[in-house]
Amino acid sequence: MLREITLGQYYQTDSVIHRLDPRVKLVATMLFIASLFIVDNWIGYLLGGGFLFGIIKLSKVPFRFMVKGMKSLAMLLLIALIFNLFLTPGEPLLSFWGLSITKEGVIQASMMTIRLVFLIIGSSIMTLTTTPNHLTDGLEKLLSPLKIFHVPVHETAMMMSIALRFIPILLEETDKIMKAQMARGADFESGSLIRKVRAMVPLLVPLFLSAFRRANDLAMAMEARCYRGGEHRTKMKPLVYRKEDRIAYLILVVYLTASICLGRIFL
Amino acid sequence: MAIILNHVGYIYEKGTAMETCALKDVNLVIPDGQFIGLIGHTGSGKSTLVQLLNGLEQPDSGNVYYNGEDIHEADYDKKALRSRVGLVFQYPEHQLFEMDVFSDVCFGPKNMGLNRKECELRAYTALKQVGVEDEYFYQSPFDLSGGQKRRVAIAGVLAMKPEVLILDEPTAGLDPRGRDDILNLIASIRKETGITIILVSHSMEDVARYVERIIVMNQGEVMYDDTPAKVFAHAQELEQVGLAAPQVTYILKKLEKKGIPVKTDAITVEEARDAILQVLRKG
Ligand SMILES: Nc1ncnc2c1ncn2[C@@H]1O[C@H](COP(=O)(O)OP(=O)(O)OP(=O)(O)O)[C@@H](O)[C@H]1O
Ligand SMILES: [Mg+2]
Repeated sequence: MLREITLGQYYQTDSVIHRLDPRVKLVATMLFIASLFIVDNWIGYLLGGGFLFGIIKLSKVPFRFMVKGMKSLAMLLLIALIFNLFLTPGEPLLSFWGLSITKEGVIQASMMTIRLVFLIIGSSIMTLTTTPNHLTDGLEKLLSPLKIFHVPVHETAMMMSIALRFIPILLEETDKIMKAQMARGADFESGSLIRKVRAMVPLLVPLFLSAFRRANDLAMAMEARCYRGGEHRTKMKPLVYRKEDRIAYLILVVYLTASICLGRIFL
Repeated sequence: MAIILNHVGYIYEKGTAMETCALKDVNLVIPDGQFIGLIGHTGSGKSTLVQLLNGLEQPDSGNVYYNGEDIHEADYDKKALRSRVGLVFQYPEHQLFEMDVFSDVCFGPKNMGLNRKECELRAYTALKQVGVEDEYFYQSPFDLSGGQKRRVAIAGVLAMKPEVLILDEPTAGLDPRGRDDILNLIASIRKETGITIILVSHSMEDVARYVERIIVMNQGEVMYDDTPAKVFAHAQELEQVGLAAPQVTYILKKLEKKGIPVKTDAITVEEARDAILQVLRKG
């Protein structure tokens, strides 16, 4: 049941995208999201969709797997869609109960939905193809210039990587605890809201205890190995750009230029 | 009446790159009142199998029947099933949550919709059954030792008065004394109540002296399903899958090899002693 949540999870396989430097993927994701907000015509979206499609194919992550992860966000999408549909002023197409759907609303709503869907898929490709460790490594390296201003880049990256590493562990733990309580007749699904919230207690207490226990163990293990933060710390596998990474940057520049030219300036 | 597994298969993370086939074509009949040891190397599918028996997991192929009814039919009452087929998980930390031991044990009966008096009565009986003294009743379950936590966890399931009791590695992480205590406890529960018991373990030695039937799992398949003596006759094959027969079995086999005509089907130290004495008396 909880194993269904795929958002933010890593999908293990070997592909060009998986092997890319995490910095490339971080930059690409940010620029891709930016491009979605730059373009405002159909050609731009078509281009974005094509780009995304290509990446999905290259990443070898089954499309089904991505969509499954999006289910949890379907509600959010629906709300955004409805708001845009009804609340955009303009030429009315259809009216009932004092509400009206306008032509501008339809356009706005569909653009918004496409943007959000692309945004979600785009960022989930990044997390699906990059291990949390790689991701934070990349982030740390990208942000390392900020160290001049005494921003604790390393520590922040370390905290992020620990948090990300704990997500699947805690999900698995939740699954086990739920089963253990269901074996004693606990019911997490039916009943009123208050009942459902109360039913969470037998789940949350063991979960929190276990999270604290794990955090404590981890802190102890890190201290036992003399971890002291980022000062003078070297990497076992330092990040270096390779040929594929440069090619990827080039493709990215081409895509970005194309989407600005076609999606904004012309037409 | 019994539990019947008919060509059961189970796959984790179906349709992804991490797909693991945890069970393959498992066929079993578990009649009422049997004391069974379910044994297998780590990752052989023991935990998966027992979770199918009370409907926590649904098989990807095949059927599970309890008392002649398919438990995965849409209208089958799974909640009722779980009070009849009680499952105690490997780690008591996964289920203890109440402020005190007594209320924690009440959780199961309460979920069955019993009234407060009945719940408390059952909790009391169950705690007594597993040998938890009164002085612990109102302590926090988190302050108990590993062995005591496990007893409380077992009591939490026993309080539902199950017809089948399944224990997933109840001795993991205990010292030899704690292990023997828990195993003796399970044997005494069985003697008192006569319910079906399935004991999951990866140690032959542990279960050999208690159970009447051993099911050996290997890579998701049932490898042997027989009486302990007959299963241990395959000591060599067992070793190949990372298991071992009890140590006395090896001693007796060595004696036999040396030309001493002992019977080699002994499982416990006592039986081995008798077998050797028998030869000595004859000679
Ligand atoms: N939640 C899960 N997600 C994915 N795979 C799993 C999950 N649980 C178990 N597996 C896999 O299924 C197989 C059988 O696991 P199972 O837990 O049933 O083994 P086991 O015999 O109980 O092992 P152990 O003695 O270690 O408890 C293993 O290969 C395991 O990796
Ligand atoms: Mg197990």
